[in-house]
Amino acid sequence: METSEKNLLEVTRLRKYFPVKGVKGPGVQAVQDVSFSIKRGETLGLVGESGCGKTTLGRTVLRLYEPTGGRIVYDGSVLYDNPLGSDGKPLGKASAVNMLPYRRKMQIIFQDPSASLDPRMTVGEIIGEAIDIHKLAAGKADRLDMIKELLSRVGLNTEHANRYPHEFSGGQQQRVGIARALAVKPEFIVCDEPISALDVSIQSQVVNMLEDMQAQLGLTYLFIAHDLSVVRHISSRIGVMYLGSMVELGESYELNRHPLHPYTQTLLSAVPVPDPQLSRTRKRIVLEGDIPSPMNPPGGCRFHTRCPYAAERCSQEVPEFKEHEPGHWAACHLLES
Amino acid sequence: MTEGKENHKLLEVKDLRVSFFTPAGEVKAVDGISYDLDYGEVMGVVGESGSGKSQEAYSIMGLLQSPGKVIGGSITFEGQDVLKFSKEEMTAFRGSKVAMIFQNPMTCLNPVYTVGNQLVEALRAHNKTISKEDAQKRAMEMMEMVGINNVEKRMKQYPHEFSGGMRQRVMIAMGLICHPQLLIADEPTTALDVTIQAQILELMKDLQKKTRMGIIFITHNLGVVADICDKVSVMYAGKIVEQGPVDDIFYRAAHPYTLGLLRSMPRVDAENYERLIPIEGTPVDMLNPPEGCPFAPRCEHCMKICLKKMPPYVEIGGNHRSACWLRVLERLNGKNQDKEGNADGNQ
Repeated sequence: METSEKNLLEVTRLRKYFPVKGVKGPGVQAVQDVSFSIKRGETLGLVGESGCGKTTLGRTVLRLYEPTGGRIVYDGSVLYDNPLGSDGKPLGKASAVNMLPYRRKMQIIFQDPSASLDPRMTVGEIIGEAIDIHKLAAGKADRLDMIKELLSRVGLNTEHANRYPHEFSGGQQQRVGIARALAVKPEFIVCDEPISALDVSIQSQVVNMLEDMQAQLGLTYLFIAHDLSVVRHISSRIGVMYLGSMVELGESYELNRHPLHPYTQTLLSAVPVPDPQLSRTRKRIVLEGDIPSPMNPPGGCRFHTRCPYAAERCSQEVPEFKEHEPGHWAACHLLES
Repeated sequence: MTEGKENHKLLEVKDLRVSFFTPAGEVKAVDGISYDLDYGEVMGVVGESGSGKSQEAYSIMGLLQSPGKVIGGSITFEGQDVLKFSKEEMTAFRGSKVAMIFQNPMTCLNPVYTVGNQLVEALRAHNKTISKEDAQKRAMEMMEMVGINNVEKRMKQYPHEFSGGMRQRVMIAMGLICHPQLLIADEPTTALDVTIQAQILELMKDLQKKTRMGIIFITHNLGVVADICDKVSVMYAGKIVEQGPVDDIFYRAAHPYTLGLLRSMPRVDAENYERLIPIEGTPVDMLNPPEGCPFAPRCEHCMKICLKKMPPYVEIGGNHRSACWLRVLERLNGKNQDKEGNADGNQ
């Protein structure tokens, strides 16, 4: 594919703050100047612990949350642009486009399938709503055909269209959520923890289905999860986030074999491996303390309060997010000395 | 108190049956499970949601919620029959001999009392003679033991002032404050992040070595099982389908469900991309369980007999047993031919 080298999505210094009532200052600094790009047909995984801003980042990219600053370019068109100066203040006025035409191309699958499906709509209505909004069906019969085709594509029965979400198991509900996202024939899907609410034996079914969809429809994924094993399995590249910042980004097997950032090293060593003999011998880096509040993140490198290698410089200067090896980016002062 | 507890195992569960009598019918949440646990042993209980792994633990604690009922079997703790305890005996037993920690520490702590208050209360409920000052001191020691710093200040704080990992530490401190011999941990790290999970697992291993208590560790995460458990019971639809020492379960799994679970999990240390092999189908509807082996409808090796009769346990060696007709067939075909004999051909 000649288009495969082209970036479908480019995100530059994206920032999202949530103001907090009665508190001075910027509020919750959920996403702090994150830059990355995704090639067409690729899966970029995002990992990090709860509160690290991975979900916020996913939603801000789709402009389900309006960004505070930065730039989002999708397939050559600028969705949002608000460059920030070195002091963090915007240089000019933010420019943003009407998202409706892009909603057809950019979709999202949510974490909790039972909460993201309207309990009072049948599955057919849920999927049909997306088709109606974007006026994709030529007529009633066409619309029904599309719904049936989507249901069989995600491995559900076509008769299921008349049922309500509560009549399905968790795994089936997530299949409905995926069918809903696919209804508008998107190119790009943000998968926000699509399997963490599912039973272990069902998780792999959904992972395989997402992989099949990608192969059949040429989809591009931003795959968000806290489970590093799953992200590593499904992604070609992985971005690791900590407290709103991206600390490392690299090809997924390279990142696993040769993690550069101390946080990635910790995260990898903390993931339990289903292998008793290995876990007896494996050395585990156990971090001290908890994640600081994103309302008041530590200065300098945000990881320095828990980093076993922190030096004085780490608490003062923000490390630059740089390409240390071809295609392998990280933000850490250690790597520069 | 029974004399000579050396003669008894810490916990023996025999053919335990728990049913829920719902308006829609009887749900056999726990259907004839047996195991034992010794002092200083950690047993993992693995299974999907609804497999009965929590209900089994609740019945040891006498915490089954109506309409759940123990309808058969026995639970023997240090030689005493737990199911015959009176209400008062159960209250004394619970908390002092057996403690339990839960998945979500926030819902288990009272938000309107300080953490110190709740720890002291837990201790004084079982130890009526201890003075307030001594109880306070013990509570502080416990908090230090589970790795909470700044104890004096932390004692006066409320649960919401603690992070998730710290709350779970408080729960562990509260569980262990009366020196129980058995700790039941129901998905204690599921709600936590991996780096915090690593901290809690290290802490539990450490405390277990110090106190020699037995632990029943309920989880669905096989990685956690490999890390902390000595032996494992794999549950499916209220039955233990396989149990044995942790190495046997992971390296010589003898039940298709166990194998399926192991194969369907991506591993963080995998060298190459390999497509996952999922267990097809959906978990059992416990109101209408299938006849025969509950796993049969999802099993790739399913034979005629599997749909008719529940297989008996087959000893595979060294406390490792599995309930699967494949293993029964292997036994019948004789081990003298080929130990790794493939029973599929006998369909």
